[in-house]
Amino acid sequence: MGTGSPERLAENIVHFARVLRRAGMKVGPRQVLDAIEAVEVAGLRSREDFYWTMHTTLVKRHDAHVIFDQAFHVFWRDPQLLDRMMALMLPEIRMPENDDSEKANRRISEALFGNDADEAREPDSDLEIDASETFSAAEVLRKKDFEQMSAAELAEARAAIARLRLPLDEARIRRTRPSARGRLTDMRASLRASLRGGGIIPLKKREYRRRRPPLVVLCDISGSMSAYARVFLQFLHALTNDRDRVHVFLFGTRLTNVTRELRHRDIDEALARVTATVDDWDGGTRIGETLRRFNVEWGRRVLGQGAIVLLVTDGLDRDAGQGVEPEIARLHRQAKRLIWLNPLLRYDRFEPKSLGIKALLPHVDEFRAVHNLDSLTALIDTLSGPATRISERRAA
Amino acid sequence: MSIPSSIDETVDLLARGAYVADRSLATAVFLALKMGRPLLLEGEAGVGKTEIAKVLSEALGRRLIRLQCYEGLDTASAVYEWNYQAQMIEIRLAEAEGKQDREALGKDIFSERFLIRRPILQALAPDVAGPPVLLIDELDRTDEPFEAYLLEVLSDFQVTVPEIGTIKAIEPPIVIVTSNRTREIHDALKRRCLYHWVDYPDAARELEILKLKAPGASARLSREVVTFVQSLRKLDLYKNPGVAETIDWATALTQLDALALDHQVVNDTLGALLKYQDDIARVQGSEAAHILEEIRAGAQVAQ
Repeated sequence: MGTGSPERLAENIVHFARVLRRAGMKVGPRQVLDAIEAVEVAGLRSREDFYWTMHTTLVKRHDAHVIFDQAFHVFWRDPQLLDRMMALMLPEIRMPENDDSEKANRRISEALFGNDADEAREPDSDLEIDASETFSAAEVLRKKDFEQMSAAELAEARAAIARLRLPLDEARIRRTRPSARGRLTDMRASLRASLRGGGIIPLKKREYRRRRPPLVVLCDISGSMSAYARVFLQFLHALTNDRDRVHVFLFGTRLTNVTRELRHRDIDEALARVTATVDDWDGGTRIGETLRRFNVEWGRRVLGQGAIVLLVTDGLDRDAGQGVEPEIARLHRQAKRLIWLNPLLRYDRFEPKSLGIKALLPHVDEFRAVHNLDSLTALIDTLSGPATRISERRAA
Repeated sequence: MSIPSSIDETVDLLARGAYVADRSLATAVFLALKMGRPLLLEGEAGVGKTEIAKVLSEALGRRLIRLQCYEGLDTASAVYEWNYQAQMIEIRLAEAEGKQDREALGKDIFSERFLIRRPILQALAPDVAGPPVLLIDELDRTDEPFEAYLLEVLSDFQVTVPEIGTIKAIEPPIVIVTSNRTREIHDALKRRCLYHWVDYPDAARELEILKLKAPGASARLSREVVTFVQSLRKLDLYKNPGVAETIDWATALTQLDALALDHQVVNDTLGALLKYQDDIARVQGSEAAHILEEIRAGAQVAQ
């Protein structure tokens, strides 16, 4: 292709990758090199081919498709730009001009234009329209502030999480390890050993390894649960950082996956990220709807390999238990074990009267109630101790 | 056959194997072939991820080596294993002959002669027809340790057998990795692969697929089947029907001598299309009738 400067093209791809990165996509240097190589290999024939060439090399997660798509159209918006690039005469990338018809993702705009007002000439009305779509008037959406965790609290959290013993928390997996008393024969090791000694082949043994199964936590953050939010988040943070394969979802009127946010080592930082992500603190609860969202969008992705599900809610449902029953039943079928942790204030007088509670109860493997939940220790003790018998509670 | 030299040729190549690929998929396949990189295909079950590997191997005349992943998959069943029975006989023979040199014996029984090659090692071996197609199917079913093991294989196309040393492919195989996303594949592995999300086809492409895969179905039936399935995918079901289900359903309807969809036949055969009882219960009856009405209305407008 001509005698132009492929460096220009490469430069612009690097620039494009930087925009994607600033918009929140993970793009490593290796992928950028791949993209440059791929364009050389595929050639520049049409915009569509160029789009998919970039897509194949730069996008590694299906969720990133939307960001990529918008960034691509904003960045390579000027069709003449691409034409010129095809002739490898591409000038430095120019800031796209104001274009009301193009409704760009806010993050992309910020990544492209920075936050300076004179550079970002994205009309404000766009953002307002965006906001009205996101924030439905029917929901009470709030952000929440947590005080910083004290050093003592952190120490307590670490000590407490070390004592956590969930029921059935170890599962045999199909991997093995050498063991003197194992039941499997390790032919390879046996043969090796026989070469060292003579005559008889000494049988070496192996046994199956055990491993903690994945843990999925669905935690209610509605108004009725607000008193415990701090303890729970402390617990969830400790849990996420203590073991692998933990997935944490918060729900009130909507479902939010906060696993990535919680994974941050520093708890204050992690909680700040969580609170920034979640919009429905201290509002109502829509158990049926949020469980349905979980089942449809996440169930197959996180419940594999014998996951234990920990459902944390008081079972008080704004929709009066509507739609809860089929969804909890489905969740129950998919989970290896479903544990319901209910933080009730007046535990002794607990009766499954609420419709939400009635719908949930028959479908959990274990019901655990904790009253006087003021500390992580109390929470961990409840989870590690024997399960609450529901039938007795009912009779009492 | 040699690998295609442009995206257009890749589209043709896949079409020759009766695979109707859209431009995006053809681009990904072309780049993977040309750059010699593994291709990671993610997508819902039944959108034709595995099929790509089969079609590629057929169209290119290469051998297809398939590694079906499952939990606990280990090197003994994926890469290589020693033939213990033969080794033991060899030891007995050596002893019977009175050979004393244990070191030489050790070298002898851990030589390639006693190596059983499993799919990955097979894929690294040279082949007269050209490097084979290695299909690593449903990688999400296996666990992280095996994924970590694959890193060496997929980046350098080599395998290390402690007793022998490193075995490296002279020409790297064509590697297709598929995942149904029942868990997230680790970023390290993704970085080594080109990535493509295989989506459900649009109506035009699905109709084309049906023409090829269910040739017995009448034109009208195929059209109605595609419209019906496309409407179902908008319903927010637990499991949307994939292309495989569309083909199954069209074939089933053809077997029943149906020339067009009607309420009764839809209700009777919904099991070919939907695999969750909740979904079937939801669609059966009024929902199905509603979609059928829409199809009829659409057909009248078209006429």
